Amino acid sequence: MTKYTDQGKQDTRSGFGAGMTELGRTNPNVVALCADLVGSLKIQTFIDENPERFFQVGIAEANMMGIAAGLTIGGKIPFTGTFANFSTGRVYDQIRQSIAYSDKNVKICASHAGITLGEDGATHQILEDIGLMKMLPGMTVINPCDFNQTKAATLAIAEHHGPVYLRFGRPKVANFTPVDQKFEIGKALMLNEGTDVTIIATGHLVWQALIAAENLENQGISAEVINIHTIKPLDDAAILASVKKTGCVVTAEEHNYLGGLGESVSRVLAVNHPAPQEFVATQDTFGESGTPDQLMEKYGLNNKAIEAAVLRVLKRK
Amino acid sequence: MPNTQELQDLVTQVRRDILRMVHKVNSGHPGGSLGCTEYFVALYNEIMELKEGFDMDGIGEDVFFLSNGHISPVYYSVLARRGYFPIDELNTFRLIDSRLQGHPTTHEGLPGVRIASGSLGQGMSVAIGAAQAKKLNGDKHLVFSLHGDGELQEGQNWEAIMYAAGNKVDNLIATVDRNGQQIDGGTEDVLPLGDVAEKFRVFGWDVLEIGNGNDLEQVIAGLKEAKSRTGKGKPVCVVMTTEMGNGVDFMMHTHAWHGKAPSDEQLETALAQNPETLGDY
Repeated sequence: MTKYTDQGKQDTRSGFGAGMTELGRTNPNVVALCADLVGSLKIQTFIDENPERFFQVGIAEANMMGIAAGLTIGGKIPFTGTFANFSTGRVYDQIRQSIAYSDKNVKICASHAGITLGEDGATHQILEDIGLMKMLPGMTVINPCDFNQTKAATLAIAEHHGPVYLRFGRPKVANFTPVDQKFEIGKALMLNEGTDVTIIATGHLVWQALIAAENLENQGISAEVINIHTIKPLDDAAILASVKKTGCVVTAEEHNYLGGLGESVSRVLAVNHPAPQEFVATQDTFGESGTPDQLMEKYGLNNKAIEAAVLRVLKRK
Repeated sequence: MPNTQELQDLVTQVRRDILRMVHKVNSGHPGGSLGCTEYFVALYNEIMELKEGFDMDGIGEDVFFLSNGHISPVYYSVLARRGYFPIDELNTFRLIDSRLQGHPTTHEGLPGVRIASGSLGQGMSVAIGAAQAKKLNGDKHLVFSLHGDGELQEGQNWEAIMYAAGNKVDNLIATVDRNGQQIDGGTEDVLPLGDVAEKFRVFGWDVLEIGNGNDLEQVIAGLKEAKSRTGKGKPVCVVMTTEMGNGVDFMMHTHAWHGKAPSDEQLETALAQNPETLGDY
């Protein structure tokens, strides 16, 4: 089992903020917009250093998406910032027409995604955003797993032309990917090679998948762990190569099982190489108030849920 | 600059284009298109400073955004006759494999169009963004936008209206086509807009009115006045009263022709009221 070390728990949104700070210093075309959530998005340093390149739009997300689309006309690279719920569901038609269909180079950066937003409850815990965004033609969908990867993704999407949805979260989680790891959009990362089962995880569930793999190893089960940070375009080749070897798969994500990473993996397998699959995801439900750990436990989104899913899928091989 | 008679001839020819385009495919939106013909002809031939050719960024020239995308026929005709694409391409309006989609889009690469529109209420936000990009680029050129009056029922407009004033987006001239009509009837019957000019004023805009937006000289004078008011700390709004269906007697004074094409006989009557000037496509 490949060993990974937590370099110290940090929130992925701070990785985004660190990425924005660096972009502010290195890319003069990058501009930022925020809908009254500067503190939550961790972009104060970018604002302090580049006040002319920051646009505070107030509590008006629809307008923010339109302004971002307009800013691209003239060569700017706008990064919008608000919670994932208000970055997607609230402004779906604005994104669809003014950004995606219009092929505008807007980076939709969404914090507080998923159930780990915690105590604010279901009004703010979107579990449908990956589905909403991946259905838009031309949209790139990225869900990095830790601070380092979120920072790297933030830098990478500035270099990519086209609309991007970048999803990250609120809680402090293990920071374990190498600080200097290059982020390649659409390229899956092999975290642990195994032979019995493939675990494909995204976002906060990647660390949980590594814990699960270690526990499974102690039971004599060899789990391959793949970090899918880019849900669209999906790295079909990496998924197929692994599942052809192991013969079964567990997908893990902080999202509804409808519309998420799991369904994207299912499509790849159904078309190319049908194999048993189990889904670690929320089961078509809204969330509720609680601490992130309590919610991950209750809604089956932690290492224990992954381990149970692996035992189930192995019986179906 | 073309003289007034040449522009008037262009207005008449554009009206013929609009009628023939929607008639051919038995669909499209002639009413608002006919009502805004003078505005488009003035804008693209007298008011805006434009470079030769087309590039998406529009740096070093004025740019325009159509928010009420359903009046694409007038937009396409004026763009074609301004040289953005071949006039014959108007033949392809709303047909399969065409760049002239029912509602304007960048998706097919039609020169002159910088944003998709059709789902209403989004254009002002986009125009504001483009105006702010111009400021960041040190580009002194202006951003123009057109909005239907019924479209102001979409809440996003009021977010944008508040934002533009609060952020002194004074290189933007947003025109409202105040024709008083929308699909289901008069705007004041469907959902009253009230005093549009006053609403923009209290939101902090500099507002001027064009009393007859189907009088070419009034439109030109009004838009020139609007240009003179830019750069003074406030976004500029032009409330332009027009007659939906203008130029075709049976299409005026009703909302009936918002989104309906004329029959063969109706087309003949309408074209007779707008005799060919520059040549049909």
